[in-house]
Amino acid sequence: MIEKISTLWPEIALFMTTCVVMLLGLSANLNIRKLCAPVSAAGLIIAGVLAFGTTPENLSSTLPHFAMYGKLLAAVVGLLLLGLLTGVADRQYEALVASGRERFDPIRTVRGEFYAFFLFSITGLMLCAGATNLIWLFLALELVSLPTYVMIALSSGRERAMESAVKYFFLGALGAAIFLFGFVFIYGATGSVELAEITRTFVAQGRDGGINAIGLLGVLLAILGLCFKIAAVPMHLYTPDVYQGAASPVTAMLAFVPKAAGFYSLILILACVGWGGGGGLTVTQSAAGSHGALPSPIGEVLTIIAVLTMTIGNVLAVMQSSVKRVLAYSSIAHSGYMLVALIAGPGPFGTDMPSNGFAAVMMYLLSYGITNVAVFSVLAVLERRQADGTIDEVDGFGEIRGLRKRHTGLAAIFSLGILGLMGFPPLFGFFAKLPLFQSGWAGGHMALVLILGINSAIAAYYYLRLLSAALLDSPEASARNVESFERAPLAGRDMAGYCAVLAMVGLIVLPLFQVSGLQPTRWASDAGEYKAIPGLEPSRNNATTLAPAPQPVPAPEARADSPQAAR
Amino acid sequence: MLLLLILLPLAAAILVPFLGKRQVWGVALLGTLLPLIAGMVIWLSLGIDWRSSNGDISSLNQTIPWMPDLGVTIRLGLDSVSGLLVLLTLILGPIMVLCSKTAITERVRTYYGWILVLQAAMTGVFCARDLIFFYICFEFTLIPMFVLISLYGSTNRKAAAIKFFLYTFTGSIIALAGLVYIAWFHASKTGTWSFDLDVMKTAARSMPASTQWWLFLALMLGFAVKVPLFPLHTWLPLAHTEAPTAGSVVLAGVLLKLGTYAIYALAIPMLPAGAILFTPLLAVLAIIGFVAIGLVCWVQTDVKKLVAYSSVAHLGVCMLGMFALNPTGLQGSILYMINHGLSTGALFLLIGMMYERHHTRSMLEIGGLAKRMPIWATFMVFFAMASVGLPGLNGFVSEFMCLFGAWQASDTWLGSHFVAGTPGYLGPWYAVIAGVGMVVGAMYTLLMVGKVVWGPLKLPHDDHGHGHGDSHGGHDAAHAGSLPADLTGREIITLLPLAGLCLFLGLYPKPVLQAIDQSTQSTHKLILDARQTVRALEGGPIIPPMPASNNAAPADGAEMENAR
Repeated sequence: MIEKISTLWPEIALFMTTCVVMLLGLSANLNIRKLCAPVSAAGLIIAGVLAFGTTPENLSSTLPHFAMYGKLLAAVVGLLLLGLLTGVADRQYEALVASGRERFDPIRTVRGEFYAFFLFSITGLMLCAGATNLIWLFLALELVSLPTYVMIALSSGRERAMESAVKYFFLGALGAAIFLFGFVFIYGATGSVELAEITRTFVAQGRDGGINAIGLLGVLLAILGLCFKIAAVPMHLYTPDVYQGAASPVTAMLAFVPKAAGFYSLILILACVGWGGGGGLTVTQSAAGSHGALPSPIGEVLTIIAVLTMTIGNVLAVMQSSVKRVLAYSSIAHSGYMLVALIAGPGPFGTDMPSNGFAAVMMYLLSYGITNVAVFSVLAVLERRQADGTIDEVDGFGEIRGLRKRHTGLAAIFSLGILGLMGFPPLFGFFAKLPLFQSGWAGGHMALVLILGINSAIAAYYYLRLLSAALLDSPEASARNVESFERAPLAGRDMAGYCAVLAMVGLIVLPLFQVSGLQPTRWASDAGEYKAIPGLEPSRNNATTLAPAPQPVPAPEARADSPQAAR
Repeated sequence: MLLLLILLPLAAAILVPFLGKRQVWGVALLGTLLPLIAGMVIWLSLGIDWRSSNGDISSLNQTIPWMPDLGVTIRLGLDSVSGLLVLLTLILGPIMVLCSKTAITERVRTYYGWILVLQAAMTGVFCARDLIFFYICFEFTLIPMFVLISLYGSTNRKAAAIKFFLYTFTGSIIALAGLVYIAWFHASKTGTWSFDLDVMKTAARSMPASTQWWLFLALMLGFAVKVPLFPLHTWLPLAHTEAPTAGSVVLAGVLLKLGTYAIYALAIPMLPAGAILFTPLLAVLAIIGFVAIGLVCWVQTDVKKLVAYSSVAHLGVCMLGMFALNPTGLQGSILYMINHGLSTGALFLLIGMMYERHHTRSMLEIGGLAKRMPIWATFMVFFAMASVGLPGLNGFVSEFMCLFGAWQASDTWLGSHFVAGTPGYLGPWYAVIAGVGMVVGAMYTLLMVGKVVWGPLKLPHDDHGHGHGDSHGGHDAAHAGSLPADLTGREIITLLPLAGLCLFLGLYPKPVLQAIDQSTQSTHKLILDARQTVRALEGGPIIPPMPASNNAAPADGAEMENAR
């Protein structure tokens, strides 16, 4: 018990910060209540440092360093998101006060609970990364999601936000029920909730002719439920409505935190069934017979999900006329891209960065988090003043039209963010997309990689539409009412701007970091390190144990011919 | 040293936003002239070496570690072919800046800043010896061009910019997938990832021909869009017509060459067997491009559009020469890259100068300019002749070599052994049909010259107004009024180096041919080796089917004759 708690210092720190923030939010003194945001930031920084410093190597897992980097990623992007979220809950009220509709009441400004909910969500994400058993994982996933329902409702006073919150809540409950159902089946098939124990049982079953059908059903249901978190295809329907209804900063958070939690969980659960013959685990002989394929129905189902997610996300994004809906569908598509790397799995070398799909996913999550903040922060900084004096969000294409002529700096950040999402070199987005291609090939998934390529091209079309609206068009009549918060007398307006700049710097500078000691690729590589559980070294002679040394790959010529066969 | 060629324009580009409007032009000129001087110094310091060297000039190699985890480094190097193309890029740099002085009067900082960035990216493409760095530079040329077309172009500029961006981006992402596959093929054998050009070349060549077939297809999808090869060319006329003069010049001069260079330096040496298997199809597409697009040129009334389409036609010849895959054809093709950059670049300059004065590009509205602008007319006739391929000027040498290479690219003709031929899949018929394109080329170019330069003087009515509804920045009437009727000294200085080079390369192309001789010979040798593997596969189950649409596919002349 004590050992388990000792792996949780970052979460404990964050939880304590959350309690402090909640108390601060209750104070009658405005100056004390204003401390909520800085205290939250301090908590996140402390949690990040603790995650880096105290998270032990998890020897019982196939992913020894995953927890540490997962938590670090949560802290880093969480810090950026916090900047965006600062002041969001107050904007509507302040606008009402500014327009003279409400009397100013100091007790109603700066809602501590908003920050507290955000920190809870990040705590959940960190717990997800460190989960070692199914119940823990389930609770962590719920801790990620529950606060987000409230945050959507709090984020803006409009009815649309309420509708989003309700929609998100019910569908979220459905998703949670499905993956809980899956967890139950997994427990039924293996007799344990401990991930390490489940892995052992699955490996044993795999050697005896295949994983128990109940176990496979359980994993499939878990994947289906997690598709809700990552906004992948059969469970993606809520995405555009919810993303559009929530205030932009909260949308940015929705696009990252649950998605990251979903991918962490997928990695942990898929690592239990293993990629037959991958970095160390021999669970099943896959149908294709090559290394790195998931057990039979799981691999196929995930492939179908990935293809549909990418394609539907991108094709529907092309048809949208609202910026936030475009970004919502593109968020669906990005999940599909990451699924490609996840299907490819740890690759034949186990630890080697580019062929390791886990590392690719971690890198992509970092890149997606940063770019997402950059794009949404621009939307958050802008506001539309309506004829009756109330403010509203910038949403339609018409409202970002001519952004370059009105706010050059914002337009630059917006463009960089969009190009980053597009994966345009030499931005960080490109170097995150490259490992997806690399791991996809390494897993031998020719069709998936090509579909990924074609989808990136489709995505370029609507990203370019956004860019051309912001850069090339002249401001429309409706866009005349669009102001940036820099001019509006509202609190919390600056933070979003700072965040945008920070994200932009990250996009450009992270690839340059590579020259110095700070190497995102090195982090991702460590994060994705995949090895066998001690005592469970594979029996197949062509699989390695935990050696990073390259192994003779089974017949490269055969694989070189495999596209031929596919053709 | 090579890094300097990339960093100098970049440094100038970073400086530009902080300057006053007046200094920008000078700094931009300096930012393109300094690399040119540096490039010259590099060439002179190499002396005679670089010409006879096969492969990279070792003294110029430079490696900067970047992302070892992904197998990416920044490795720079030059061989004789990329060296020549870098020189072309460096020469066109100052010309781009010079020609924009009066044409661009608004948002000058943005304009020159992006021109300098473009210059750096293009130099980077030719110098890159790591494929990811190559890809980065290759793609990054899109952004400056996008900005140049979309902010400084004419009426339909937005559609043109988006189409240009999407076509190229789509193609090159497929090419990237192919490149990553080759890197993976290498990694699967050795356990380490590398995108180094030499490593990838060796790895890719060892692939079976069937794998090479579809990889070549993937790479060609990326590079042929940029060339542009016949069915993928539709973005080009639009982009050319809408781009500002400097944009057109650099588009025709260098950006199209990125495609042909990538095919010559990456696709063919990496996947020789794939190249052989695709030869007939690509040659037919190239000929269609040359002849059919030539006919399209004939019916154009917009001078700039005509020259833009003629670019597609000319690059058809270039591709035909390249896919002759013998030394003559390859040499002709490389020479054509340079020649086309010089003569078509100059034609775009001339059209830009005319447009600045008369605000129209329509042959229906303007004519007989020889009377009003004799110096301009002289240059126009000169470069049109160079473009047509008048013997004595540069176009002739390369066009002739390309066709001759295609003619030679078969060792049998009419069923008997063809002594002058090299083993290959093309043959005299290809050259004969392509020869029709030369006639068509002469027709439309002379038609254009006849209408615009000769005949009775005809000027548009609203000479000082905004011609053709082009009401947006850059071409304000007041400014055009300040230009003299004929060319200014600055404009003559812009054109003279190009004219000199055209004349020099037409009369004495030997230095260039000598320089690229080794390179083409070794490419040819690769092809001969690969032919053995392809031949060994022929008829086997894994030989990919030749596309049915290709009616000239049969490998040797005899069968081909039957097919006709």
